[in-house]
Amino acid sequence: MLRKVPAMLLALLLAAGLAWAQAEDPPPAESPGAGETVEAVEEDMVMEEVESNTEPSAISATIGDGMISPGGIVVSDWPNDAGDALLVTFEPGSETGSENHTGYAIYRRTLGEEELVLVGTLDIDEETEFVDGYDPDFIVEPGVQYEYQVAAVYLSGAEVLSDMVMAQKVAGGQIFHTGKVRVLVGCVLFLGLILFYFHAAQRGVEMYLRPIAGIEAIDEAIGRATEMGKPILYVPGLSYISDVATIASITILGRVAKKVAEYGTPLLVPNRDPIVYTIAEETVKQAYMEAGRPDAFDKDSVFFLTQSQFAFVAGVNGIMMREKPATNFYLGMFWAESLILAETGSLSGAIQIAGTDAVTQLPFFITTCDYTLIGEELYAASAYLGREPKQLGSIKGQDACKGIIMAVITLGIILSLTDIIAGTDTLGWLRNLVTMPVVD
Amino acid sequence: MKRSIPLAIVMVGGILFIIQYFIPHQHSQTLFDYYTEWAPIVGAFALVLGVGSLSRLHSHKIKRKAKNWQYSYAVLIPLFLVPFFALIMPESLGGGMLETMGGARTTQGVFDFTYMNIQVPIQATMFSLLAFYIASAAFRAFRAKSALATVLLLAAIIVMLGQVPIGELLGKWFPKVGLWILRYPNLGAKRAIALGVGFGMLATQLKIIFGVERNWLGGAGE
Repeated sequence: MLRKVPAMLLALLLAAGLAWAQAEDPPPAESPGAGETVEAVEEDMVMEEVESNTEPSAISATIGDGMISPGGIVVSDWPNDAGDALLVTFEPGSETGSENHTGYAIYRRTLGEEELVLVGTLDIDEETEFVDGYDPDFIVEPGVQYEYQVAAVYLSGAEVLSDMVMAQKVAGGQIFHTGKVRVLVGCVLFLGLILFYFHAAQRGVEMYLRPIAGIEAIDEAIGRATEMGKPILYVPGLSYISDVATIASITILGRVAKKVAEYGTPLLVPNRDPIVYTIAEETVKQAYMEAGRPDAFDKDSVFFLTQSQFAFVAGVNGIMMREKPATNFYLGMFWAESLILAETGSLSGAIQIAGTDAVTQLPFFITTCDYTLIGEELYAASAYLGREPKQLGSIKGQDACKGIIMAVITLGIILSLTDIIAGTDTLGWLRNLVTMPVVD
Repeated sequence: MKRSIPLAIVMVGGILFIIQYFIPHQHSQTLFDYYTEWAPIVGAFALVLGVGSLSRLHSHKIKRKAKNWQYSYAVLIPLFLVPFFALIMPESLGGGMLETMGGARTTQGVFDFTYMNIQVPIQATMFSLLAFYIASAAFRAFRAKSALATVLLLAAIIVMLGQVPIGELLGKWFPKVGLWILRYPNLGAKRAIALGVGFGMLATQLKIIFGVERNWLGGAGE
């Protein structure tokens, strides 16, 4: 009996092994017969797992009835770019109406290379066109010949590949962006008007500029500080020198510093940006020289404070509360700190003149300051103060451009009203004429 | 020479980049990218000048024993001490950032400590003051001193009530009228200002390119 035990154990093991093997192995796949549904075909398909960015030669699918690969692949150069994009269009596979057909995968390879790369996917409800080159991981090189293959992707993961197609075009950069024609026309028109008024001003044509209270109050504010024997605080904004508002502010600073030098009033100019600081210092120094008082220039009057926004505010507020300046100028670009600065200045009892092109900060300045230069008035201030013909000409040029815009808006209102009353569609052509396309 | 060379650079560069805007070709883009990479490098060097200015100002104050001169030490000591610690313990530079990004934080150096526990709370405190200043500024602005100020006050009340649930309880029209004020009169005014700003910017840039505006040159401008 004991001799039979190993044989019995062996038989038991063999039986268990056979049962386990029977349970693990799926039944052999049967070829789908004609007329079977695609769903049934897909259930029986044996596929290898597809990983993105791998060669699609590993992808296989049994093409059943109705599973036709995409075709008609056309590759064209994407317009108005730097030669870094191609447009791939194709005809959809026949299963676009099937729930199992989920989309398309676009593969690409450089001519002469073996490896295909998955460069993008499209959902079934998207257009059958794809812009290759937008993904920074798969850039398109200008002048390089590519080959494309498009696969129809099914819910089960099956991909039915199209034939390999050599791109009919290679990517190339364009010399002119056709989407910017209207911008160019606008620029030429604006430039022409500005230059026209430059020359008109130089010829001595009298130009009227409407008075701006904030600019006219600058002299008064400087005089007030002089009479009180207190300093003037000038904040040239918190932005960089590349900001036009900062440049405009530096120009006004030059004029203010000249007056300050003439009157012998102390001036304080804290800066947030080191480049703005160096320019502001040179501007103030030059203004003192022009006023004939270079010896009165104090190097410590123009200084760098910090680049941190709220640390800068804390520093300037501290100056306001300690030094009690009689006049505060806030001219340039400001953000969330505008109200903190202006409200502290208001509490310190100073006369305040502000100016910014930041639309969101204007209400705060208007509320807390005595005078506010709104938007473009900041840019116009230097021309008002200097009264140089070319500067005045540029303002008249701006006004002429605004006149054109106002005329177009008025025309739009009239056409719109006509369309509402008469039921016509006359506004369309004007909209097409003035609407700027979204360009890269 | 001190004036003409910068003016020539600006004129050539300005015209070049106006043209560049209309050329999407790769060479044009390369030129633009090259320039934009240069600009921050120049800015980094200028920071040295800024630190020099701050040090000079406060050392003068200490030397002259000017009013509140003791506080100048509070500027100068951290100004040099914190970068010193950052240099000798570079791993402490990114400590705070790593924590916020969900990364492992192994050390907390002096730089990290000062930034997270001193600078950030102080800045947050300054920012939070804005809430109180808005209240006081609103109180001053919304006084019905004239007809226009009364219109402003009414508009502000409607918009504010339109933004909060109690407004809808008081009257269903509050949110609608508030939205209308924001979408039409308010947006119209904002666009008008933006339009003027756009033209003003263009005109200023043209004045700089053509050398009419020279104050950006500092002392060399005149």
